Amino acid sequence: MNRHVLSMHDLTADDVTRVLDTAESFREVGSRVIKKVPALRGRTVVNFFLENSTRTRISFELAAKRLSADVINFAAGGSSVSKGESLKDTALTLQAMGADAIVIRHSSSGSPLQLTGWVDGHVLNAGDGTHEHPTQALLDLYTMRERLGRLEGLRVAIVGDVLHSRVARSLSFGLVKMGADVTLIGPPTLIPPDAPAWGVHVNYDIDGVIPKLDVCYMLRVQRERQRLEYFPSVREYNRLFGLTATRADALPEGSLIMHPGPMNRGVEIDSDVADLPQAVIEEQVTNGIAVRMSLLYLLLGGGGGSEPAAGRDEVEVLRD
Amino acid sequence: MSARGLLLDEDDIRRALTRIAHEIIERDKGAAGLVLVGIANRGDHIARRLADEIERIEGTAVPVGVLDITFYRDDIGLRAEAPEVHETRIDVGINDRTVVLVDDVLFTGRTIRAAMDALTDFGRPARIRLAVLVDRGHRELPIRADFVGKNVPTRRSDDVSVRVRELDGDDAVLVREALTSEVTR
Repeated sequence: MNRHVLSMHDLTADDVTRVLDTAESFREVGSRVIKKVPALRGRTVVNFFLENSTRTRISFELAAKRLSADVINFAAGGSSVSKGESLKDTALTLQAMGADAIVIRHSSSGSPLQLTGWVDGHVLNAGDGTHEHPTQALLDLYTMRERLGRLEGLRVAIVGDVLHSRVARSLSFGLVKMGADVTLIGPPTLIPPDAPAWGVHVNYDIDGVIPKLDVCYMLRVQRERQRLEYFPSVREYNRLFGLTATRADALPEGSLIMHPGPMNRGVEIDSDVADLPQAVIEEQVTNGIAVRMSLLYLLLGGGGGSEPAAGRDEVEVLRD
Repeated sequence: MSARGLLLDEDDIRRALTRIAHEIIERDKGAAGLVLVGIANRGDHIARRLADEIERIEGTAVPVGVLDITFYRDDIGLRAEAPEVHETRIDVGINDRTVVLVDDVLFTGRTIRAAMDALTDFGRPARIRLAVLVDRGHRELPIRADFVGKNVPTRRSDDVSVRVRELDGDDAVLVREALTSEVTR
């Protein structure tokens, strides 16, 4: 597996399968009375969050703690960053403190990549600007695979503000890699012009697509990232692209409704729809911890490097 | 590496497991309060067979769990790749019960140390016993088995492998001697 996980392009289809398979074991750990294993005892994971985040930071923190790693949370406010320290100097400080892995969230696309040039530890992208958010994509893939039994051939629509959505990018790349059939739906102003090059379909009419879906994935309308008015009004957006009760009814039996959170109830998803049994939004959150544990384990659990990636036989010999 | 020698064949394994099943119920005067926990990836199949045998003898169904010890290993981060993880499933409570850990080969004892640590995360058994199909020596920790299918003197560099029909298509214990006496670890 790649040393860093900055983008879904850093993972092969086999890597993705391995992350999801290993996450199943961590789901089991999460169901125990004692939800903690000693796998990463003595390792240090730094949560370096320079953009507001609650769920992703807590999820990573819990994942690292359940692996018995030591966790340091480092946020922009009240830190040296607010005193004007550059990203590079902050990174070098974290490096000097011996961080084995740095989980970074930053409002600038590409900052995790920059970080990899300055630190020896593993870098995990927890969302950079409008670029990618690979761990969200992995937990979404896990949830789909667990609920529907497969990824290959799944018909998935990703609906809403694709242009500003790092979730939509990572998830599209991941789904296409795993052989799913992806359709992006939204106002033309919010669909990136290069989207067809991702290997996905683009459609501007949600009602034509909905009856053929396995998964309807709603994106948050990210007003804070929109520097222009991309659509006339929230009410119109809801009428044209929101997941209303009528549209939820038109989804095939057994299909899933997903959302990366936080939701704007009444904008991209109606409040009643978000509470339907086929809406697996809280499950996504639970699975997020297991998937992040899996990724941290696979990245930090190896890397001793004293022996080459040896054959199975040798592993079997060393095991009793 | 030279040719593999057959240490135990299918019948040998069947007889050894039948004897161990008798020993387990003899030790605790029955199968009440017993839980068998097999260590993945082969111990769980052996545990299931022991449970079947105990049920045949005593008429008591014994719960069987499977334990993956990967997250409790003491060499995580020392090897190039994170070790592969298998399933863990212990559906019954183990508090105040007699847990028999079951594994295919007992070697350094490090797996058993990890398994005992893992078990304590599931509860507090009244006692933990250990059953293995083959004990090949070379312990690195103060651990011994309560029930042993066969004691086999080996060189540390030898490769002892257990095949079970559920995974490998047939039942056998094979030893492959190292060509040189050089210790590969």
